[in-house]
Amino acid sequence: MFKCSIDSLDKIFAEISKNATVYLPVDNDDGKAVYTKWENGVKWSNELNTVKSLKDFFFPQVENLMEFKVEGKNIEIKDIRTESEDFVVFGVRACDVRSFDILDRVFLVEPCDSYYANRREHGVIISVACTRPSETCFCNTFGIDATSPNGDITVWKTEDALYWNANTEKGKALLDKLNLDECDDSAVNEQKAKTAEIMKRLPLASLTTENFGGGKTDELFNRPEWKTLSESCLGCGTCTFVCPTCQCYDIKEFNNGNGVIRFRCWDSCMYSDFTKMAHGNNRLSQVERFRQRFMHKLVYYPENNEGIFGCVGCGRCLAKCPISMNIVKVMKTIGGND
Amino acid sequence: MSLMKEPLIPVVGVITDVRIDTPDIKTFRVVTPDGKKAFDHMPGQCAMLSIPGVGEAMFSITSSPTNTEYMEFSIKKCGCVTEWLHQAEVGQQITLRGPYGKNFPVDDAFVGQNLLFVAGGVGLAPLRSVINYCRHYRERYGTIDIVYGSRSKDDLLQYKEIIEEWATDEGVNVHLTIDREQEGWDGHVGFVPNYVKELGFDTNKTAVLCGPPIMIKFTLDGLYSLGFEKTQVYTTLELKMKCAIGKCGRCNVGSKYVCKDGPVFRFDELDELPDEY
Repeated sequence: MFKCSIDSLDKIFAEISKNATVYLPVDNDDGKAVYTKWENGVKWSNELNTVKSLKDFFFPQVENLMEFKVEGKNIEIKDIRTESEDFVVFGVRACDVRSFDILDRVFLVEPCDSYYANRREHGVIISVACTRPSETCFCNTFGIDATSPNGDITVWKTEDALYWNANTEKGKALLDKLNLDECDDSAVNEQKAKTAEIMKRLPLASLTTENFGGGKTDELFNRPEWKTLSESCLGCGTCTFVCPTCQCYDIKEFNNGNGVIRFRCWDSCMYSDFTKMAHGNNRLSQVERFRQRFMHKLVYYPENNEGIFGCVGCGRCLAKCPISMNIVKVMKTIGGND
Repeated sequence: MSLMKEPLIPVVGVITDVRIDTPDIKTFRVVTPDGKKAFDHMPGQCAMLSIPGVGEAMFSITSSPTNTEYMEFSIKKCGCVTEWLHQAEVGQQITLRGPYGKNFPVDDAFVGQNLLFVAGGVGLAPLRSVINYCRHYRERYGTIDIVYGSRSKDDLLQYKEIIEEWATDEGVNVHLTIDREQEGWDGHVGFVPNYVKELGFDTNKTAVLCGPPIMIKFTLDGLYSLGFEKTQVYTTLELKMKCAIGKCGRCNVGSKYVCKDGPVFRFDELDELPDEY
């Protein structure tokens, strides 16, 4: 484990910036934390977490996939992929770090998505342990330890110091370059214990996944509660856009006058045209679309991924849903521990 | 450089033949620009075809894998991509990628079995690949019965091939039907599910169904009443798809993705999935 003073953070970012672009949570004009490129004078936000997760860095909201030149009856396909820049994202919370275990199992399984894989290869994630979890936090429900997040490097922040520990080869290579002072882990352990105490007292601390998981489709799919739960859902898709694990995408095209660009963009299972095709739509009402989102995270995903749930308990959907419907309410109602 | 092969990037194909099958179905023959078959597939697998600027959509490959020269797609005009394709002429280039999905178990579960194919309308397209594969390796299978129906005689897909090739094969019985009486038609008249029941097949068969949902539903009921088990009946599903590789998240039925876990399912497998297809 290594240690540095909080004041030396800018110096460290400057050092990392020599070889990679550094991004960190920074307060915008509205006081919301947003991942922002570091440069001299840019200050790390005090907010618990960013409005959107760092999903964009690896799976951008919109990205061009390929280009076509069309001339008469002829088509030329142009591979416009480029090698990603090397980048480091600092200040990532435990929940968001876990989201990449979930996304990797979608994008990196064969046939591998090269766009995502390339960014994963060039990106380094520096996580920061939580000390002030919020009332909307429930990462613990999914077995995530907010006091010891994963990532390439883990950082613990105390009042005056930062403690660094590398978890991967990539993280070790970066940490070695920073020449920080070695130290023992007593201060970190003390902080972990303190945070763990706070975690236990969080309002959602007792939320459990007990009645969910693979093999529960029969039991949960036809539950009458889906109707009442989804009744007020506007189908706005906000939950899916702020969700660090939602990965559904659309592929679309536009003609820029010089050729056709095929791009992908985030999509949402909450949208009415998500499954609409020429011969019909298998999810005609919001009940079906709403159910799909939660069944996917709580039953289908774990069924296909050794029991791992498709939610990380970051609480963004709790904070952002315009009608205050969210996965916690669904779990309590459908799971029967309301 | 980590830019490995990207599954979403297609290859260029050329339409070398357009056959007008019915008033709203055309069969397109496609090869690569250097005249070769774009890729190998197994019966029941699909391919993504696209016209840049119009869109990309999934289609079953109707030609048999035993055809080593080209691929064929029988496409019904019903949406943006298909409307555009129907206007395409020979020489038009398109893009294609694949093959996608799980095929019919022609090399294992079907071997040694008597086969019963039941199709309605454009539902013959995916079955034609299986039928011609089984006809090619005729000695591997028992009897082959084909029940095929459509609205009218003019709506029967691959009519020439059915009459001239399938119906003349030994051990292959073709049973055609159309929905309503029509001048010049002296064959059976009536809906496919009823015809299947009338024909009263022995249950010593493996059945493969493809057609409109309503046909599937009633044919299935008919087969069950004849004594067929769910484990003897297969079908192929179709849902909205974008990526075709199980990542874009829209073609799932429960925990299964039609693009990669299907499109071929056995009815006992479908029974375990929620009724959302």
